Amino acid sequence: MRYIRPLSIEDAVGLLAGASGTSAILAGGSDLLVRMKGGFVEPDLIVDIKAIEGLSEIRETADGFSIGATVPCAVLGESSVLKKAWPGVVEAAKLIGSKQVQGRCTITGNLCNASPAADSVPALVAAGAKAVVAGPSGRRTIPVGAVPIGPGKTSLTKGEIIEAILLDSQAPRSGDAYLRFIPRTEMDIAVVSAGVNLTLDEHGVITAARVALGAAAPTVLLVEEAAEALIGRKLDEAALERLAKVCAGACRPIDDKRGTIEFRRKVAGVLARRATTTAYARAGGK
Amino acid sequence: MAGVAVSTTINGDHVEYLCQPDETLLDVLRDRLGLTGAKEGCGTGDCGACSIILDNRLVCSCLVLGAEAEGRIVETVEGMAHGDQLHPLQQKFLEHAALQCGICTPGFLIAAKDLLAKNPDPTEEEIRFGLAGNLCRCTGYDKIVRAVQDAATVMKKGV
Repeated sequence: MRYIRPLSIEDAVGLLAGASGTSAILAGGSDLLVRMKGGFVEPDLIVDIKAIEGLSEIRETADGFSIGATVPCAVLGESSVLKKAWPGVVEAAKLIGSKQVQGRCTITGNLCNASPAADSVPALVAAGAKAVVAGPSGRRTIPVGAVPIGPGKTSLTKGEIIEAILLDSQAPRSGDAYLRFIPRTEMDIAVVSAGVNLTLDEHGVITAARVALGAAAPTVLLVEEAAEALIGRKLDEAALERLAKVCAGACRPIDDKRGTIEFRRKVAGVLARRATTTAYARAGGK
Repeated sequence: MAGVAVSTTINGDHVEYLCQPDETLLDVLRDRLGLTGAKEGCGTGDCGACSIILDNRLVCSCLVLGAEAEGRIVETVEGMAHGDQLHPLQQKFLEHAALQCGICTPGFLIAAKDLLAKNPDPTEEEIRFGLAGNLCRCTGYDKIVRAVQDAATVMKKGV
């Protein structure tokens, strides 16, 4: 096994593209090292991307924010501007693991680990976040939701690295929120989760909505019907009931020891409803 | 197989070592450098017994490769006391009997040190939350929380 810490994204891409055997990208390592320890992966090459300039920063851009691939989630929680603009994304990122894990884990890693239960992913999808992918044929920007294609599988091809996650500036009168259900009070894997992002007009009528569910299907689910249930309305009881119903209906969850299909469907609706209520209040709706 | 040459700072001392590319920092500390304070509990980042501070961040050393420590600043429980003078947290853990078997204690001490460095006057809830990444199967946590509260009081007074 080789461990290499390149100084540029081009070198990192070159190393991964030219590698034979199994290679792994190391940022926070909170998934990779556990998988290595468990014998689930034995990389021939580890490319540590933490020495690449710019990847460890949250930058404010003309369009919003660029969160570098190696920024630990703890740093997201310490960014007052990011918390103000995207409180739902930050609260989702802050739910991952203990304080020790927070000091290492990244939202890019959470995305690329491609767990259906990844906490930050539904919040990012609801926020319309994009991933900047660097690869052997240059850079491309894709929606975050296009990265995971199944449990543990991503659409990234050989040599590709996500170098940053982009979030737009939050539109006026907008708010986002994320909630998950776990059997404990802290530090567990989502049984089911919901991320919501809403924009309102001056009268509190919802003009744009994105509702994403986690741990409800093999990959994160963006529920279009949930948006339709909300857009053009204030957040009244009928809208919330309709939202909960379509979210429950959209789920294609697994049945396992942490939750039955029936339970996950029901809770998906409840969480979507509660996250929507919070997002609505954050957007200034009353 | 040739190792990875690493140059780093541990508890204020410049340290150089060779390690294997897949060797964790925990294994380097314990097996190569003789710093056996950090313990391996789970080895998967769940229990906090291997907690250290890396560039001012609390982390599990079992989830860090030894090679990653290059050029960084590592603090372990061995750096807490000054000679015979225990750190206030260590003293208060003793006074409050905040340990039984002791395996989790170095991790708790380091996590509590990190907590108090960032929040010198934590509430009980903040202490419990701040130490939630450290598992103890003996004490029931109450004595640990009281020791940290007492140490915070002492450290604020600068005694």
